[in-house]
Amino acid sequence: MAAIETFYDVIRRQGVTRRSFTKFCSLTAASLGMGSTAAATMARALETNPRVPVIWMHGLECTCCSESFIRSAHPLVKDVVLSMISLDYDDTIMAAAGHQAEEILAETKEKYKGKYILAVEGNPPLNEGGMFCIDGGKPFVEKLKWMAADASAIIAWGSCASWGCVQAAKPNPTQATPIDKVILDKPIIKVPGCPPIAEVMTGVITFITTFGRLPELDRQGRPKMFYSQRIHDKCYRRGHFDAGQFVEEWDDENARKGYCLYKMGCKGPTTYNACSTVRWNGGVSFPIQSGHGCIGCSEEGFWDKGPFYERLTNIKRFGIEHNADEIGLTAAGVVGAGVAAHAAVTAIKRIATKPSDTDRKA
Amino acid sequence: MGIETPNGFSLDNSGKRVVVDPVTRIEGHLRVEVNVDKDNVIRNAVSTGTMWRGIEVILRGRDPRDAWAFTQRICGVCTGTHALTSVRAVENALGITIPENANSIRNIMQLTLQVHDHLVHFYHLHALDWVDVVSALSADPKATSTLAQSISDWPLSSPGYFKDLQIRLKKFVESGQLGPFKNAYWGHPAYKLPPEANLMAVAHYLEALDFQKEIVKIHTIYGGKNPHPNWLVGGVPCAINVDGTGAVGAINMERLNEVNSIIDRSIEFVEKVYLPDLAAIASFYKDWLYGGGLSGKSVMSYGDIPEHANDYSAKNLLLPRGVILNGNLSEVLPIDHGDPEQIQEFVTHSWYKYPDETKGLHPWDGVTEPNYKLGPAAKGTPTNIQELDENAKYSWIKSPRWRGNAVEVGPLARYIIGYAQGNPEFKEPTERLLKTLDVPVTALFSTLGRTAARALECQWAAHKLKHFQDKLIATIKAGDSSTANVDKWKPEAWPKDAKGYGFTEAPRGALAHWIKVKDGKIDNYQCVVPTTWNGSPRDPKGNIGAFEAALMDTPLADPQKPLEILRTLHSFDPCLACSTHVMSEDGQEMTKIDVR
Repeated sequence: MAAIETFYDVIRRQGVTRRSFTKFCSLTAASLGMGSTAAATMARALETNPRVPVIWMHGLECTCCSESFIRSAHPLVKDVVLSMISLDYDDTIMAAAGHQAEEILAETKEKYKGKYILAVEGNPPLNEGGMFCIDGGKPFVEKLKWMAADASAIIAWGSCASWGCVQAAKPNPTQATPIDKVILDKPIIKVPGCPPIAEVMTGVITFITTFGRLPELDRQGRPKMFYSQRIHDKCYRRGHFDAGQFVEEWDDENARKGYCLYKMGCKGPTTYNACSTVRWNGGVSFPIQSGHGCIGCSEEGFWDKGPFYERLTNIKRFGIEHNADEIGLTAAGVVGAGVAAHAAVTAIKRIATKPSDTDRKA
Repeated sequence: MGIETPNGFSLDNSGKRVVVDPVTRIEGHLRVEVNVDKDNVIRNAVSTGTMWRGIEVILRGRDPRDAWAFTQRICGVCTGTHALTSVRAVENALGITIPENANSIRNIMQLTLQVHDHLVHFYHLHALDWVDVVSALSADPKATSTLAQSISDWPLSSPGYFKDLQIRLKKFVESGQLGPFKNAYWGHPAYKLPPEANLMAVAHYLEALDFQKEIVKIHTIYGGKNPHPNWLVGGVPCAINVDGTGAVGAINMERLNEVNSIIDRSIEFVEKVYLPDLAAIASFYKDWLYGGGLSGKSVMSYGDIPEHANDYSAKNLLLPRGVILNGNLSEVLPIDHGDPEQIQEFVTHSWYKYPDETKGLHPWDGVTEPNYKLGPAAKGTPTNIQELDENAKYSWIKSPRWRGNAVEVGPLARYIIGYAQGNPEFKEPTERLLKTLDVPVTALFSTLGRTAARALECQWAAHKLKHFQDKLIATIKAGDSSTANVDKWKPEAWPKDAKGYGFTEAPRGALAHWIKVKDGKIDNYQCVVPTTWNGSPRDPKGNIGAFEAALMDTPLADPQKPLEILRTLHSFDPCLACSTHVMSEDGQEMTKIDVR
C-alpha cells in the first residue's frame, strides 16, 4: 500500500528533530490560545494528515501570480510542491493535459470533498455567456463554481481574482469579475497584488498547512499579517518624506540621492502591502528602492485611480493626521498645502475606504 | 475530404477527431483539435485561442506614459517585454530619445527575461514532453552520475546526490499524492530516454526551479520587482549614483556587483546544465524530426537589442531582422511596420467582425468587434463545445499575415534568419550543435530544432547580458550616469496628433505595438504578438498558421494520450494571454454583445 507522507514525515526528513517538532506544536498551540492538550492534538494531526490537496485554476489573467509563486525563496517552491501541499491541478505546470487533466478535478471533488484548497488566479468574464474564457469547451466560470462548491477554503491570488485587475479596468469589455462576486458561500482569502510577493503567497499557503486554520483577515478579506500597513508606513525613504526631500524630476540630483518619490506619483501612502518590509525576490529591492513610485497594484481598482505619475493630492478621500492621536479627514487641497509645508506632516491618514460587500470574516 | 492549402499542406478532416483542451504547461488557454487517419497520423489540425481580455480597449483615453504598465499585464511570463515595446512605441510617436545607459539597462532587462524565460520553458513547461519522471525511479544513481559527468563538469553530479534525489522522488510517488505529475503520460512509447537520463533531467528540473528565481533579481535591482518590473517613457526609473551622497538609494557599486554575480552564475548554469541536457536529450530523439511546419518555409523576426540607443535599424540590432518566404534562404526581405501593405490582420476564422472580411487591416487601422459563433459543422452548444468547425470562425486569435503570408516567429525563426544572413553569432553555434548531434541542417526545421534554437539563444542572451552590463559600467566610468531624458516628459511638449510603433523580439518571437496619440491621450492602441502569429487560425485564402502547420503529418502512438501534440505545441512556448489582445475602433460596442 502506498505510504502517505505526512507533515511530520516531511519536517523530520528535512532534519527537524522529534524534540523540536513537539516544541513547535506547544508554541503554536500557545500562540493560538489553546491549552497543553491542544498541542498533543495538533501533533497527532500533523503526524497523520496527508498533504493538503490544492487545485489551482486560471481564468482571465497573465500568469504573473504563478510566476511570482515560483520565485519564493523561503520556502523554496520545490519544497512547497513536493512536501507541503499536493498541487494536484495547476494548468501552468501540470504534466497532464486534456481529458486526463479534467479527470483530476472530478476525482478531487469526490475524494477530498470539503478538504481541498481552491486557489484561483485570474477571474471569470461574464459577458458572451462566459465564453471570453473557455476551458475544456465550457465557460471558465462554470468550472470555477463547480470546483468551489466542494472546497474547504478558497484563495484569490492576485489583483485579478481579488478585485478584477487590468481586464476589469474601464470599460471592462468582457465583464471580468472578481471571484467573490460569483462564489458567495465560502470563505475567500484575498491575496492581492499584481502579482503578490512570492513569500507572501507561500506564507499564506504554509500558514494554513502549518496552523490548520485560515490566517486572520481584515475587513476586505486580506491576511492582516501582510496587508494591514501601508507601504509608506515602513518605507525606508519615509525620512525624506518627513524632511520634505523629494524627487522633482526623473534622474535629478534628488533621485540619485534616493529621496522620496511622492511627487512623482508614488502610491505608497495609500497602498496596503508588504513591499517595503518583505521586499521582492528574496528581499533584493522593491519598486521605490529601484527609483519608481509604487503604482498601488494591490489596491482595488488601482488602474482607474488616475495616471500613475499624478501625485496623490489629486485623489479624493485622501487625508492626513497631524499626530497619532488626532484623527480626521482633511480636504484634498489642504493636503497639498500640508505637503508643501512638509515639516508638519508626520503621517498620512488611512484613506477612507468605501464600505464594500467584500467585508467578510473567514 | 482533402484540401490543399496555398502554403503547401494537405488537409483531410475525414478521420477520427482528437481534442486536447485544456492544453496545459502553457501561458493562458488553448484548445487543439486534430483529425488522424487510420494509422493515427495527423491529417488536419485546428488551433483555438480560448480567451480574450481586451486590454487595448481599456487603454483608450489613458495617459500614454501609463501604457507600459497596462500592456505589461498582457503577460506575466514574458514580463517586461510588452512594457519595453510600449515605451518604444510611445517614444517613437512622441519623438523622445533615451540616454545610452537607459538603452543598456533596457537591454539587460530584456536579455534577463530571455535567459529566464527560455530556461523555465525548457525545464518546467517542455521537458516533461521528453522526460519520463516515473522511469527515473528505476535509474541506477551511479550510472546517472557517470552520464552527468560525461557531459558536463557541473559539480552536483555525485552518485550520492542522485541517490538522495531518487529516494525523495520515490517517497513522493509512494505517498500516492503525485501533485503536478498526476495523470500524465508516463510510460508512453514516445518517451525514448534511458532511466539515467530521466533521473538526471528530473534533478535539473528541480535545480532550475531553484535557480530561475536568482536570474530575475536583475529585474528587481533595475526595476524594483519581478514579475512586472517598472519602466519609464524616456529612459529607466532607476538612477545611478555609484559613490556620491545617497548612493545607497540608487544603482551603486553593491548593486552592480550583484548583477555581475547573477550574470556569471547564469552563464554557468546555461552552459553547464541547460545546453548539455539539451544535447543529451536531443541525441535520443534525433530520429523524431516532426513538427517543422512553417519553419522550413516562412519565418519572420523584427530584430531587437539595439547596440546603441535610439537606432532601431537592422544594422544596429543584435538579433536578426527580416522575413524569409517559401524556404528561400538566399533572400531575407526587409520589414516596415508603418507600411499598411505589410502587416495585416484577418478575422475570417476569428470570433470578430470586419465590414469586409476578405481583406486584412493594418494595426493602426485595426477593428475588433467580437462576434462569437460556432460554424454549422460544430458539435455541442455555444457554451459546451465538443468539436469546432474550422471552416467557420473558431478562435479568439486573429490571423496576422506578412504580405499575405503566414509566418513562424520565435527563437527558431531568429536563428534561421541569422543563419541565412551568415551572422557568425547564430550560424556557428548552430553548426556546432548540428555536428555534435550528427544531423543535417534540415533537422533544424522541426520541433526539436525549435527547442534547440531556444537553448542556443539562451546562451547567446546570457553572454550579451555581460556585454551590456560591462558597457553600462564603462559609460558610468566615462562620466555619464544619466538614465532618463525628461525633455518631453510633460504632455505640453507633445504634438497634438502623433502615431508610432515599437517592436521587440519577445522570448516567443516578434512583438509590436502600434499607438495613436491625440490631445495627450491614447486614441488607438494595437498589439500584434508572437502567439498571434504562431497560433493564428486560417486566413481567407486558407493558409494555416504555424501551430497547425507544425502538427501536420505527425504520427501519434496513442491518440488517447497525444504526447506528440503537446511536445510540438510546447516547442513554440505558447502564450495565449498575449495572443488574444486586440482592440476595437469602438470599444464600447463590446459591452453590448448579447449574452447567450
